[in-house]
Amino acid sequence: MSLQIGVPRETFAGEKRVATVPDVVEKLRKLGFGVLVESGAGEAANFGDDTYRAAGADIVPDAAALWSRADIVFKVRGPNAEEVARVREGQTLVSFIWPAQNPELMQQLAARKATVLAIDCLPRQLSRAQKMDALTSMAGISGYRAVIEAANAFGRFFSGQITAAGKVPPAKVFIAGAGVAGLAAIGTAANLGAIVRANDTRAEVADQVKSLGGEFVKVDYEEEGSGGGGYAKVMSEGFQKAQREMYAKQASEVDIIITTALIPGKPAPKLITADMVQTMKPGSVIVDMAGEQGGNCELTVPGEAVVRHGVTIIGYTDLASRLAKQSSTLYSTNLLRLTEELCKTKDGVINVNMEDDAIRGLTVIKDGAVTWPAPPPKLPAAPPPAAKPAAAPPAAKGHGHGAGEPMSAGALATVFGIGAIAFAFVGAYAPAAFLGHLTVFVLACFVGYMVIWNVTPSLHTPLMSVTNAISSIIVIGALVQIAPPESGGGRPDELIRWIAVAGIALTSINMFGGFAVTRRMLAMFRK
Amino acid sequence: MNPSLVTVAYIGATILFILSLGGLSNPETSRRGNLYGVIGMTIAVLATVLGPRVTGAGIPWLVGAMVVGGTIGLYAARAVQMTQMPELVAIMHSLVGLAACLVGFASYIDTSVAFTGVEKTIHEVEIYVGILIGAVTFSGSVIAFGKLSARIGGKPVLLPGRHWLNLAGLLVVIWFGREFIHAHDIASGMTPLVVMTVIALLFGVHMVMAIGGADMPVVVSMLNSYSGWAAAATGFMLSNDLLIVTGALVGSSGAILSYIMCRAMNRNFISVIAGGFGTGGGAPAAKGAGEPAGEVTPISAAETAEMLREAKNVIIVPGYGMAVAQAQHTVYEITKLLREKGVNVRFGIHPVAGRMPGHMNVLLAEAKVPYDIVMEMDEINEDFPDTDVSMVIGANDIVNPAAQDDPASPIAGMPVLEVWKARTSIVMKRSMASGYAGVDNPLFYKENNRMLFGDAKKMLDEVLVALSR
Repeated sequence: MSLQIGVPRETFAGEKRVATVPDVVEKLRKLGFGVLVESGAGEAANFGDDTYRAAGADIVPDAAALWSRADIVFKVRGPNAEEVARVREGQTLVSFIWPAQNPELMQQLAARKATVLAIDCLPRQLSRAQKMDALTSMAGISGYRAVIEAANAFGRFFSGQITAAGKVPPAKVFIAGAGVAGLAAIGTAANLGAIVRANDTRAEVADQVKSLGGEFVKVDYEEEGSGGGGYAKVMSEGFQKAQREMYAKQASEVDIIITTALIPGKPAPKLITADMVQTMKPGSVIVDMAGEQGGNCELTVPGEAVVRHGVTIIGYTDLASRLAKQSSTLYSTNLLRLTEELCKTKDGVINVNMEDDAIRGLTVIKDGAVTWPAPPPKLPAAPPPAAKPAAAPPAAKGHGHGAGEPMSAGALATVFGIGAIAFAFVGAYAPAAFLGHLTVFVLACFVGYMVIWNVTPSLHTPLMSVTNAISSIIVIGALVQIAPPESGGGRPDELIRWIAVAGIALTSINMFGGFAVTRRMLAMFRK
Repeated sequence: MNPSLVTVAYIGATILFILSLGGLSNPETSRRGNLYGVIGMTIAVLATVLGPRVTGAGIPWLVGAMVVGGTIGLYAARAVQMTQMPELVAIMHSLVGLAACLVGFASYIDTSVAFTGVEKTIHEVEIYVGILIGAVTFSGSVIAFGKLSARIGGKPVLLPGRHWLNLAGLLVVIWFGREFIHAHDIASGMTPLVVMTVIALLFGVHMVMAIGGADMPVVVSMLNSYSGWAAAATGFMLSNDLLIVTGALVGSSGAILSYIMCRAMNRNFISVIAGGFGTGGGAPAAKGAGEPAGEVTPISAAETAEMLREAKNVIIVPGYGMAVAQAQHTVYEITKLLREKGVNVRFGIHPVAGRMPGHMNVLLAEAKVPYDIVMEMDEINEDFPDTDVSMVIGANDIVNPAAQDDPASPIAGMPVLEVWKARTSIVMKRSMASGYAGVDNPLFYKENNRMLFGDAKKMLDEVLVALSR
């Protein structure tokens, strides 16, 4: 029995995106699912009902019918009160949820006994999860759109030109925060011909900034700002002061500022003060991409474009939605990848596998039980906001490992025990001369062990040929037999001499050949 | 030279040998390391010859023997091709084994050194063990040489009840060992000694015959280890500390290499020695659910060149197929061209690629590939996701994703190079035949994989022509 995936029309005012586009409908059907689309769901993103129908979707006249028939609902924005009321027991909802910011929504959804996958809770540091990372794809679009909005509000060219009508200087753009959105903005602005500068508290992104054609502006203060999970952390007071000075300097120089600074679970940091806005040239533009979280600029009005001190401040919170066709396509591809992970058997049935790190992170409500926040995936960088409440599972895991250690200690004890008995036996019966040789032998084994571990793997073949050459030291055995001083007296001199000569000849092949071939090989290793 | 001077010379030789092995930790210092080895050997031989244990009468004999042997050795070292290194190393191991046997026999019939009581028993045990190890090394290495040079088929030869045969052989060896020690004179001790030697020779043959071609790196390094232990046993026999130390160094070196190779294949040392890969009862288990589905997408040499030219990051993964086709020089020509065009070309080497430890590194070094772009598996594996093209030349099992994905696969758990994580992977192969492990490779059916069928050398030549155009 295959499940039905329902795609309702987005209800949030001004939201133009749709969770699934016709191309993806086809692919979902290939995975074995049926697809229901509410009439008009894709209209704002230029996907008509007919194209959905052609892709094999059933068009459902209204939301009520869709929610009652669908087993899985794909949405962009989290559900509103009306939609929450339509959620059925056992239904699965996939959309942006932001559980940290919307605790009451979480409670309501849990009360409906549904399963909820919050696409924003994806553990982004898993490389396997990148194909499902809707935050990244949306942020990239927003960064692009931010530059376009800025260009729209800005009264000049971006690129410098020398025309018959006079010289045009290139626009200077400063981008605060070089995350996904910031990098997309850097690339777009640089492609339009502007001089682009960017800053981020994480020093390691400097190379990425440069690779996109931007110039990395450092804050004159030493502190590392990586906070795990690809986000920045809150910085110290000294750093913030140095950062403010840098921003003030940039504000007085550049024409356009685009801010993208977000810290997870906290209001956006106020990077651009009202004073800084005053020092900007009239006609300048600020695009504040952190508008939803309160804005990086003190004068931002979330959701609107305003003019203050002659500077246009754009605080739109729906940048991705303003590129509805593009963002819908990418978002629905992210959801398709997620569906593939959920339905590895391709039979139209999903399996919310809580053992899978990526799925575990996404699942915020499982059959009515709140499972958010997920324990950090088994990776070095654990996301700080989720770490505290989830300390228990890793601790239990540590205990499990601990159980294994006494085992190996036991094995070690056995080895030592056997060794001790063997040595005691040898010590009791062997003559002193033999013990001297044994000492040498055991010590040499250990020296060999230490030395060989240092040999680089690329030289293993020369190692073998040189050890082979060295093992022809056995020639000494033959040498001392060939004509010892105490010969005669019943000793079969002739026979032993011939055996020894043969032995010497054989080992000489080895000795000369081994060293020569090693030398030949090593001469070839070069930089 | 008095005995003390000889002893001091031996200590010097020992130190030089240790330095020689230590020098191999880095290609920069390795040449000096080899030189240390040569000096150490020269000191050891000279000190012995000039010392009190060799009289003037022996000098012409030993010089003659060394000249003959040395000439053969130098000729072999010059004539050998780098692709034949595993064979050369194997046959040289057999020489050490044979020499150990000869020295053992000579020592036994030598009546000039007489022991009594416990010392006599220990001396005889040493002779017995020395010859045993020497004989196993000798016959095992000869068979390994045969297999590596394709004079003997690479397939494991498994006698029925082979473990019981080995066990029976061991018991017979122990029983004759008792007989040997209790023998009153040399003539009556000879029979058990010869019987044991024959059994040891058969055991060496049997052991290596049962091991498949893909496990050869383990066998070669194991025989390397044996030749060291044989030297150490000879040292005990002759009460010579230099032999003991050197033998122990070589022995532990080979043992560690065997261990590294086994770990690289995720296999137990015992199971490799016990022999037979994928020939046990569970071989066909991978069929059915694990059957790779999908289609293979062939690609032409010209298209390959096109993809390489457009790539920014390329990783080349060579395998035994490159050695067989002698394609390493063409590989380097392609590498050079691409690097001139600003493409970042690197090599990923699996520890068991080829037929002996480090085989691929030597071949690439012969073709003048700089060693700083030749990476170990652990160094390069995480870079595959950022790679545009990964090119697999004549390798199969070491790039098999089934080792990670399919717990039922015979090679499950073996670390592999994750070439399929690159944007595109290109596999050069003569046909769709499976590798030594006899496991089908799901990599070939992956969506982002292309197959370039044909002889590696010929195909690479075509790629090179297309690239330089």
